[in-house]
Amino acid sequence: MADTARQRVLWGIGILVVVFYALIPVVWIASLSVKPSDKLSDGKFFSGSPTFENYETIFKDDTFIAALVNSIGIALIATLISIGLAAMAAYALSRLDFAGKTVILSGALAVAMFPPISIVGSLFDMWRSIGLYDTWAGLIIPYMTFTLPLAIYTLSAFFREIPWELEQAAQVDGATPFQAFRKVIVPLAAPGVFTAAILVFIFAWNDFIFANTLTSTDNARTVPAALAFFTGGSQFEQPIGAISAAAVVVTIPIIVMVLVFQRRIVAGLTAGAVKG
Amino acid sequence: MAKITFDGITKRYPDGYEAVKDMSLEVQDGEFMILVGPSGCGKSTALRMVAGLEDISEGELTIGDEVVNQKAPRDRDIAMVFQNYALYPHMTVRDNMGFALKLHGTDKAEINKRVEDAAKILDLTEHLDRKPANLSGGQRQRVAMGRAIVRDPSAYLMDEPLSNLDAKLRVQMRTEVSRIQNRTDTTTIYVTHDQTEAMTLGDRVAVMRAGVLQQVDTPMELYNRPKNLFVAGFIGSPAMNFMPATVEGDTVKLPMVDVRLPDELRQRIGTGGEDGSRELIAGIRPENFDDAALLGEDTLRRGASFKAKIDLIESMGSEIYAHFSVSSDKSIESDELRELAEDSGAGEVPGGGQEGDIVARLSAESQVKKGDEADIFIDASHIQLFDPSDGSSLTA
Repeated sequence: MADTARQRVLWGIGILVVVFYALIPVVWIASLSVKPSDKLSDGKFFSGSPTFENYETIFKDDTFIAALVNSIGIALIATLISIGLAAMAAYALSRLDFAGKTVILSGALAVAMFPPISIVGSLFDMWRSIGLYDTWAGLIIPYMTFTLPLAIYTLSAFFREIPWELEQAAQVDGATPFQAFRKVIVPLAAPGVFTAAILVFIFAWNDFIFANTLTSTDNARTVPAALAFFTGGSQFEQPIGAISAAAVVVTIPIIVMVLVFQRRIVAGLTAGAVKG
Repeated sequence: MAKITFDGITKRYPDGYEAVKDMSLEVQDGEFMILVGPSGCGKSTALRMVAGLEDISEGELTIGDEVVNQKAPRDRDIAMVFQNYALYPHMTVRDNMGFALKLHGTDKAEINKRVEDAAKILDLTEHLDRKPANLSGGQRQRVAMGRAIVRDPSAYLMDEPLSNLDAKLRVQMRTEVSRIQNRTDTTTIYVTHDQTEAMTLGDRVAVMRAGVLQQVDTPMELYNRPKNLFVAGFIGSPAMNFMPATVEGDTVKLPMVDVRLPDELRQRIGTGGEDGSRELIAGIRPENFDDAALLGEDTLRRGASFKAKIDLIESMGSEIYAHFSVSSDKSIESDELRELAEDSGAGEVPGGGQEGDIVARLSAESQVKKGDEADIFIDASHIQLFDPSDGSSLTA
């Protein structure tokens, strides 16, 4: 690829442009979060004397702490359930030939096509009448539903890559179908499972529409929704610094997630299973 | 240790295609049985039905004294070696080999002992803690074998286990497989499309074609007394030469020469048509030819000699293969033969004025050169004759 100096330079420029484009807003938010309140609108990236008072403010704020706990809990539970169900569904879809297979696949696709905003109003009414409004379950259920199609599609692509013979070998070796699935297929599909898990987690973590509409108190309000309700120290003060600090804080788990799981997403885990 | 019995086994797919048709076969306890045939003949399907990986449409399959038609693979106490090995890539060699025992709940010390014993036999001891990805093809193949032998099952099923190895390693592993089977004395069904493997490994060989069992016999019997054209053409390398022939009295007229048949052979063929002649297909193995110049009077009297223009010489060191053509204006209509040529790629049969290539094996001392008019001898006692209508052998 980059075997000539010219190519290397062009690649370098290309990468710089992309990184710059992607990171500018992040850097801006990070810079805002460490500015003292009187310098918030000076329009500079670095205005000297960084301060952590914004972070102190938000971590003293019970609303934010509660929202953080809600976010982590809801996103993790939604991810676990969604991946668990999707793994079983994808396994069946990629391995078995049964009536209605295409119906399920197109049904899953149909679910993914609905814009969340189109159902959020009716969900609001339904949740209120059956008591799911402002609860964790009230958010976990839509998150799970909206991420299942994506997870099923991602996972069945991974499952299809795993040689059939491995499972048959496990069966002949004395495994029940479930043991074959758990001890042979799941470990091999791990990269796919982590990929899908990250995508699901990010969806649940980032969601604003459901979180904003279906919650009303600290009971279940997640960080993206809580940010909208931030108030300044006084009613004349814009809470921009605090919002920036909170935005930085909610970005961190995502980065950690990706960094941790990225190491698990090793290409070629199935290498050596079968010849060629 | 178990006897495996196929009783009228049929495999029919939902679209009506029959991969295995009414197969009956008894594999004795401790026997090394080979299923051989061209690709698509149903041999792998038959094996997979024994393993329980394919449902049986009709018939009864017995392992030991139990009918296992409805049993899951894990309840059949069989070990299988797959063509592509199917090693678990996320486990070390040790875990791969011990997986079945672990599932079975054998205790750790016992698993370790058995895995290490098997590793010693297979020369894998120093690789036990490596992952399959870091092993060579031959080592992976041995791990696959090891996975089968640690279990000490009642039968081994092997599905073309050597076909992914290079030629030299294949010969080496062939010996290995044979040694392991001898040592463990476990009933083995081995599927291959390679007739050399079939001949060298098996106690008995079952030849299959298009889902139908053609003949089950020891390798020597199959070779010397094939029951039909297909078996004759499939077993043996280079393949048997086929040509149209007419039997008149005690003489068989081949395209290149008339040969007097030994009495014994003639009697077995039986009587011909109204005028005493009968159109047949003759099959002659390459080694039943020789260079007439090297043979003594006594030998020459047992057959006939003819002149042939040698098109090609292949010298193997210990022997020479001479190719020459014969043409015949007789055409033989045998569906069997046409299908045979398609199935096995065995040499085409001359007929209808076409020329056919004949391969003769000559002694290494032969001085025959390419382009020579050579005197070639046919040993009459080894000519095989087949009925063109159904391909069955008249001489077997």
